[in-house]
Amino acid sequence: MSDEIILLDFWSSPFAMRVRIALAEKGIEYEAREEDLSNKSSLLLKMNPVHKQIPVLIHKGRPVCESLIIVQYIDEVWSHKSPLLPSHPYHRANARFWADFVDKKIYPIGKLVWGATGEVQEAAKKELIESMKVLEGELGDNPYFGGESFGFTDVALIPFYTWFYSLETCGDFSIIANCPNLVAWAKRCMQRESVSKSLPDQYKVYCFLMELKKKFEAK
Amino acid sequence: MGEEVKVFGYWASPYSYRAELALKLKGVSYEYINEDIFGNKSDLLLKYNPIHKKVPVLLHNGKPIVESLVILEYIEETWKQNPYLPQDPYDKATARFWIKFIDEKCFPTLWLAAWSPENEREKVTNEACEYLKTLESALNGKKFFGGETIGMVDIVASSVGYFIRVTQEIMGLNLLSADKFPQLFQWSEDFANCSIVKESLPPRDKLLPFVKGLIAKYQQDNAKA
Repeated sequence: MSDEIILLDFWSSPFAMRVRIALAEKGIEYEAREEDLSNKSSLLLKMNPVHKQIPVLIHKGRPVCESLIIVQYIDEVWSHKSPLLPSHPYHRANARFWADFVDKKIYPIGKLVWGATGEVQEAAKKELIESMKVLEGELGDNPYFGGESFGFTDVALIPFYTWFYSLETCGDFSIIANCPNLVAWAKRCMQRESVSKSLPDQYKVYCFLMELKKKFEAK
Repeated sequence: MGEEVKVFGYWASPYSYRAELALKLKGVSYEYINEDIFGNKSDLLLKYNPIHKKVPVLLHNGKPIVESLVILEYIEETWKQNPYLPQDPYDKATARFWIKFIDEKCFPTLWLAAWSPENEREKVTNEACEYLKTLESALNGKKFFGGETIGMVDIVASSVGYFIRVTQEIMGLNLLSADKFPQLFQWSEDFANCSIVKESLPPRDKLLPFVKGLIAKYQQDNAKA
């Protein structure tokens, strides 16, 4: 049965982590295939010809691409267990809005904080702290973004916890000092096996990102 | 029913248009409020969309929903008649893939091709053409992206099929042409000719001068930067 589901994966991709978490939450068995992004497999190029990117979920031979689209697909196909999106359309819209916020703000701005230098980095750092505070505001007193249950927005955001060490080191600031509730939320998520088993060590990610940064700077 | 449905939009915004077309396809009555997005945004808009401060905003029984794609999903889930997303999860995922592609790659690059400075235009135009080619492949011989009738992908693709075509006219560009992309061109004709679309699109004679002004503004701002 497990060869019915293949995940084209990359260990440090926050987007791939989202899919790993969703599959784990649902208790789905699958085969993870680690891609060498400098030498992409013919399977990846065949299954995602448009973007040639991971993650790609291959279910019964058919590809699903784009991390949040994959997570929604998983939620819809395996709907009987651990729902990730709430049932009411308004709450679903809210969950989608915040997941989109992560993609539009946390990801690109975070990249600049660990990847850029000088003024660009400084401006990004300010914007990132602001965005994290907005997220904290949305979280409020709830244990998770959806409320009482771990859900879609949590899945969208928690992989970026693996960037915290890199962001703090490169940006020279403390996330816990600025957003203590957000850090508490992250640690709460990490207590879930689906999350802790899907996220790599922050320092490993830092070393990887710094290698990437060197490559870009060399170009 | 006593439902209160309002759309805060801008008459020339392709994003705002998506929300309106979706409601019209569902036969849902709504009150439209045109926002002065280039001048003074209303207090209500800033109250309902404090994070992005943009149109469109859908207000349903006093609750705001923002971001055009989130709004489209909400409308689909709330009003079940005339569905515009497939039921099957795989087909739904495929539709969502193309929607994201149009929104993040196709449309922004085509818009960029319209106002880019001369020295950058060729590169952006080539990229835009590649995206159009890919988008055309998604049609795959169908009349609409949704099949026989308009689906969510078509609603989103209106940004390309109508708004970009108008933009191209102004700039004398011929990217989305019948000879380069026959299927996609035909789709844009069929789409614009649907009665529900025809009666809701912002009129060309109003849109043309508006887009012209907008392009001039972008070029000016870019030259200053």
